Amino acid sequence: MIPVEYYVLLSAVLFTLGGIGFLTRRNVLVTLMSIEIMLNAVNLALVAFNRTRGDAHTGQMFAFFIIAAEAAEVAVGLAIVLSLFRVRRTVRSDEADLLKN
Amino acid sequence: MNPTELHLGQAYFWILAVVAIAGATGTIIAKNPIRGAMGLLTMILSIAGLFLALHAQFLAAIQLIVYAGAIVVLFLFVIMLLGPNATPQFDHRGRVPRWIGGALFAAAGIGAMSLVIRAVPKDTTGKLLEGVPADFGSVDAFGTLLFSNGLVPFELSSALLMVVIVGAIAVARGKSKHDVSHAHEQTVIEQEAE
Repeated sequence: MIPVEYYVLLSAVLFTLGGIGFLTRRNVLVTLMSIEIMLNAVNLALVAFNRTRGDAHTGQMFAFFIIAAEAAEVAVGLAIVLSLFRVRRTVRSDEADLLKN
Repeated sequence: MNPTELHLGQAYFWILAVVAIAGATGTIIAKNPIRGAMGLLTMILSIAGLFLALHAQFLAAIQLIVYAGAIVVLFLFVIMLLGPNATPQFDHRGRVPRWIGGALFAAAGIGAMSLVIRAVPKDTTGKLLEGVPADFGSVDAFGTLLFSNGLVPFELSSALLMVVIVGAIAVARGKSKHDVSHAHEQTVIEQEAE
């Protein structure tokens, strides 16, 4: 068996990768995927910590609701991407500057 | 627990961890968003495997159904809908501030990782995860909790999904044909008035 710290470490690595992708990429689709990576890392940490307590499922329940919220976030996010594409003919986040000036 | 089982458990963790990190890296460096979606799928599948190792069978199934079955397919659907426009031309404008932001985030992440590494016990043999009840993480145990303690958030999440359905349709639909022709009539009337 693996100690829980290893899972938390993997979770930290994945969260950092997702954050780097979120901050450095300009393609809105890849940005949304990076958010997915970060939320998956959070779920992994929650489930790993829950594993240390055999008498409660609270961490797994949190992860469950995060999955539900994330499905909602992706549906709305992709709808916004399509809407942005309809207006600007692009999926690059730095060209979504209609409010500038 | 005999040593062979121990090694198998460790190999399972390390293989899935490496695959998950590779998938995440592939997602954030992919030029083509379809490759990014495949990297995301790889990572999601390995995390489902890790959920199984953590006695979260129900969440592993949910992970496969919701992420691999719905979210990645939704991404692919939008990428296909956008066609070649989903892969915009590469250009270097505004690159430096982005990379500074990414480097700062990476530094913060590495700081957090070093804190976790410091917390890893030196002698892991005594601090292995303890055994859990046989039904830990099963649909039965999880569902009982979900429909007792978690009932209010569960119902609220159904309301959230309902709102999201309406919102996504309203945002993605754009102007309908009727609205466009109506707006066109309006401009024609205005032009005639002028």
